[in-house]
Amino acid sequence: MQLIYEKSVPGRRAVRTVASDVDTEGRIKSSLLRDTPAELPELSELDVVRHFTRLSQRNFGLDSAFYPLGSCTMKYNPKFTERVAHYPGFAYLHPLLPQLPGGEMLVQGALAVLYQMDRLLSEICGMAAFTMQPLAGSHGELTGVMLMAAYHRDKGNHKTTILIPDSAHGTNPASAAIAGYKVQTIPSKDGIMDVEALHAALNDEVAGIMLTSPNTLGLFNPQIKELTDLIHSVDGLAYYDGANLNAVVGKCRPGDMGFDIVHVNLHKTFATPHGSGGPGAGPVGVVEKLRDYLPTSVVHEGPDGSLSLDYDRPKSIGYVAPFYGNFGIVLRAYAYILRLGKEGLIRVSENAVLNANYIMRKLQPYYHLPYDRVCKHECVFSAERQARKGVNAMMIAKALLDRGFHAPTVYFPLIVPEAMMIEPTETESKETLDDFIDAMIEIAELAESDPEALKGSPKTTVVSHLDEVRAARQPDLAFLTDTE
Amino acid sequence: MPFIANTDAQQREMLAAVGAQDMEDLFADIPPEMRCKNLDIPPGLTEQEVRRKLARLADHNVPNEIGFLGGGYYDHFIPAALEAIVSRSEFYTAYTPYQPEVSQGALQAIYEYQSAICRLTDMDVSNASLYDGGTAVFEAIMMAMRITGRERILIDDSVSPIHRKMVRSYTRNLGIELIETVSTNGLPDRNAITKELNDQTAALIVQNPNFFGCIDDLTDLAEAAHRQGALLIASVYPVSLGILKSPGQMGADIVVGEGQSLGMPVSFGGPYLGFMATRQKHARKMPGRIAGRTVDDQGRQGFVLTLQAREQHIRREKATSNICTNQALCALTALVYLSLLGKKGLPELAHVCAAKAEYAMERLRQVPGVTLCYPDRWYFNEFVVRLPINAEKVIRGLFHRGIAAGFPLGHYWSEMDNCLLVAVTEKRTKADIDFLAHALEVILCS
Repeated sequence: MQLIYEKSVPGRRAVRTVASDVDTEGRIKSSLLRDTPAELPELSELDVVRHFTRLSQRNFGLDSAFYPLGSCTMKYNPKFTERVAHYPGFAYLHPLLPQLPGGEMLVQGALAVLYQMDRLLSEICGMAAFTMQPLAGSHGELTGVMLMAAYHRDKGNHKTTILIPDSAHGTNPASAAIAGYKVQTIPSKDGIMDVEALHAALNDEVAGIMLTSPNTLGLFNPQIKELTDLIHSVDGLAYYDGANLNAVVGKCRPGDMGFDIVHVNLHKTFATPHGSGGPGAGPVGVVEKLRDYLPTSVVHEGPDGSLSLDYDRPKSIGYVAPFYGNFGIVLRAYAYILRLGKEGLIRVSENAVLNANYIMRKLQPYYHLPYDRVCKHECVFSAERQARKGVNAMMIAKALLDRGFHAPTVYFPLIVPEAMMIEPTETESKETLDDFIDAMIEIAELAESDPEALKGSPKTTVVSHLDEVRAARQPDLAFLTDTE
Repeated sequence: MPFIANTDAQQREMLAAVGAQDMEDLFADIPPEMRCKNLDIPPGLTEQEVRRKLARLADHNVPNEIGFLGGGYYDHFIPAALEAIVSRSEFYTAYTPYQPEVSQGALQAIYEYQSAICRLTDMDVSNASLYDGGTAVFEAIMMAMRITGRERILIDDSVSPIHRKMVRSYTRNLGIELIETVSTNGLPDRNAITKELNDQTAALIVQNPNFFGCIDDLTDLAEAAHRQGALLIASVYPVSLGILKSPGQMGADIVVGEGQSLGMPVSFGGPYLGFMATRQKHARKMPGRIAGRTVDDQGRQGFVLTLQAREQHIRREKATSNICTNQALCALTALVYLSLLGKKGLPELAHVCAAKAEYAMERLRQVPGVTLCYPDRWYFNEFVVRLPINAEKVIRGLFHRGIAAGFPLGHYWSEMDNCLLVAVTEKRTKADIDFLAHALEVILCS
């Protein structure tokens, strides 16, 4: 398909700006001006609409079909939350308004959204307070590690290292490193972190630990409280990567597991759209002893019920976002929580877990299941058995694309060879799961009987296997001249 | 229950299939003392009730129609075609394009976005976007340190104070030498900067137009940085690049900025868009996702995420950044916006903004006691006026007349208590500006 730049026709126009109604010209010294305009495309409005409609048809969204991308939690994004985010009273509200004298009274509705979300997430996670500032899950992790650093600095602790299990998301070690810490990896035992292994790694240099619970294998660690107690014994802090909160929401709370800091990926548990890779939002919650370090500002409720922003916070880590976070995303999550309520949230985790276990048990006869116990929101198979016939996890993923499904996450977590990580979420029906299970069984059977038939997939998509080596060795990252 | 498809009967059937008596069986591995006893969350509401509740909350906000607030976040007109395109669920309900064969739409859009950013800034390569302008400045600092192997950073105080605050938060634990140079008469002070630039300096960060709205030619600053082996990081306002000399032309090494003005509503602080572009030789040092063009096994053009050896899911703690997602939907928004305006439309928009800002400047100067803070500078769509009294007092008074007059610089610079930063976009009319000037005159005379 042609690039938008290749469709450009000199002189063609779409949107026109309102004519100037003033007689000034906006004089600017010519040496400060560009000689030639930027080479943006010249198109009609229909050209543009049709180009992007065609692009959208070459894209698979959650609304298109089943999207069991493990760890990413692709659940249905309710349409009404989109509508709410477009209300002019929210969409056109300038973020500097409350920083003006008297301006806070003009944004009480928006501050209420932030304040109520702080209260709701604190209750759901068992924390004392939440900040909405972090702009994505990984940004929440970075914020969390900065909070750890502030705590230790304030207490005069000398801490250098953060402990992370080998099953962790790659963002965990990267976030710890960006915040200036050394990373020590802890090996898993039977798929979860083992108390002995943590004991062996523990010393006074340990600033904290980052854990996902349930972890990336979809397993809940019954010893979780012993792990967090151990960390506290050296005045370390326990960080909860909330990526998998959707598995236990309403059932148990990170605070009750002994965690001190939590981030929540709003798109996972609270159904905000992922937008082909963002924008996300990663609010961070903390226990009471860390409250003073939260980013500036925080929403404060006065005795008369009016809301204000508190900037006078000497121990705060400062700003991590320009304002109050990705407000539009926080707002969608707020609408979703109001819609579900307490009962609805509990049904989320129950049905997410039931759907995952259903797939796990139905596919267990056909694929190797490295950890055979009740899973939580996702199940992880290994394609080892099929790989011996020449059909690896990636080929199974591509074969699923030809059968109208998005692929699961493959080759993650790293501790399972030929990993296939399947997460159905609570919003999918049994019929959809059965269709997917049938497709997976058919593929497993083909891998036995006719592995050749699975080679060369995908065959039904707009492009087939793409040359990634060429993309990396001869990078073509931008189309710069229309005569290319 | 909302958004759960399976009926009670189906749930029972599935529980039987997995060998569980009831839902509780599936959570038996969570020790009882850890279980939620009484979650204090209100009962659920219907869609109609939620929408009514949130519409009321939205009505408690007053998104001032006559607004002259900017400070890096601007109220530009958003065409309906843009909203229609980015509301397509194939884009907004997709995940990061890990399976390129079924994600060509998102990947081609990212490639076209990267191309648009390069064309706008006159740089060679762009990433797929970052969270916002402030995180982009921080990521550019980290990138400059990787390229130069140095840890001394100069950032001019005419760079957004919001972005500088963010940088201070992020660099606090990193042992970086972060020096803020003090601007003079609205522009970076060349003498002060030359004195501070040395062979340990990784980068100099400036903004154009800067926070005071003043336009600068960065060429000499790029040369001064390069003489010491340092990089010039330029933060820019993309709409201004419709007419202003590009950072690429002026010798910048890394270009970043806040992309909100490209079709995103101000939305009380986000979601926004951080963009980043650089020279070819630094491509592999960039943070974040990058899309590249390649071919499939039948020779057809296709797009993939590439240069992934830089990233956290492969490099873990040695990655160039911890960033996992980009702001894909915001990048798509920016691309659609730039495509709808096009080669002629973006300069047209920039001209209208500049013309209206000049009118506002002239009009406000006529108010007795009001002067331009930096009268010998050139401006794009934002400028600073000095008032005879405290700007906060004036702002409070103008609120009562339905005007958000601008941002009081005393908020960040104690010696600028009387200074007001005023922004004008194409959405403000001559009548709005006259109303502001008149109301200001009334307040100052009373």
